[in-house]
Amino acid sequence: MNKVGILFSRMRKEEKLIFEEAQKMGVDLIRVDSRNLIMNGENHYDFNILLDREISHTRSLYTLQMLESVGVKTVNSHRVATICGDKVSTTVALNQAGVPTLQVKVAFSRESALEAIETMGYPVVLKPVIGSWGRLLAKINDRDSAEAILEHKAYLPSGYHSVFYIQEYVEKPGRDIRAFCIDGKTVCAIYRSSDHWITNTARGARAENCPLTPELINLCEQTVQAIGGGILAVDIMETKDGLVINEVNHKMEFRNSIDISGVNIPALILEYTLKMDRLS
Amino acid sequence: MLECPVCGTHLAMPSGVVENEIIDCGTCSAELEVLSLNPLSVEEAPEEQEDWGE
Repeated sequence: MNKVGILFSRMRKEEKLIFEEAQKMGVDLIRVDSRNLIMNGENHYDFNILLDREISHTRSLYTLQMLESVGVKTVNSHRVATICGDKVSTTVALNQAGVPTLQVKVAFSRESALEAIETMGYPVVLKPVIGSWGRLLAKINDRDSAEAILEHKAYLPSGYHSVFYIQEYVEKPGRDIRAFCIDGKTVCAIYRSSDHWITNTARGARAENCPLTPELINLCEQTVQAIGGGILAVDIMETKDGLVINEVNHKMEFRNSIDISGVNIPALILEYTLKMDRLS
Repeated sequence: MLECPVCGTHLAMPSGVVENEIIDCGTCSAELEVLSLNPLSVEEAPEEQEDWGE
């Protein structure tokens, strides 16, 4: 029986679905709960490959790094997690590869951030460099809001909040696109629709199937190549100038996308993991 | 009888629940993590952290 380690500390619906598929496929998933994990720089693991489903980005990064260092293959890789888990790193990777993405400015002080925002013009979107689910996003419409939000962020305890990631705001047609890419292929996509400017399904956006067009597939292929492959969820915005990348996620949630797309995403995740295991 | 560790209400365990799954207390809405199925054991789930997500 194939053995695959699975790193997680919270059993969401996604992890349950992966376990159910593993049972059907005859894969022995070995639970690695990050809360109990002790890593000592030796390979004492009962598996050759680890599927990362850890909800904490910090724990995930260190675990992938430690396990890769002793020869355990990880899905996704530490490099991919590093790029996707930090919005500055994602922006850099996309820009270096010439992938169309939203304009971003980064600043470290309230004064320089305000200057960057005023240069870009209102509105802009301020995002934490690390974080997910649409949490702590701010759409800044004017200077008064900018000054207030920047001051509040500067007082937050984590130093990451003083890395001001300022993204251009684009008018969306009430939705964005999330494309699921596994092993270099775009396997399905959904529209995420909301009356709110934040269209994360974690924030209540409705999911509908999105047809895979050549333009969408091509953009996803470029993105996957820029990030380094693996299992990715690519968030895309429809602008007047065409499709542009907003964010890339490396441990995506997919509970709302299976029935809508008709694609068995957890099975594809496991198949890719097994393929990586065979190649390692 | 398994009680909610937050409000003490008797907990009805949903069918198909697995270890480490999060369930909600129907009375106080606390998020509870299922620590074990045999014997049944739950504790208040960890609060969401800034670095949690996809």
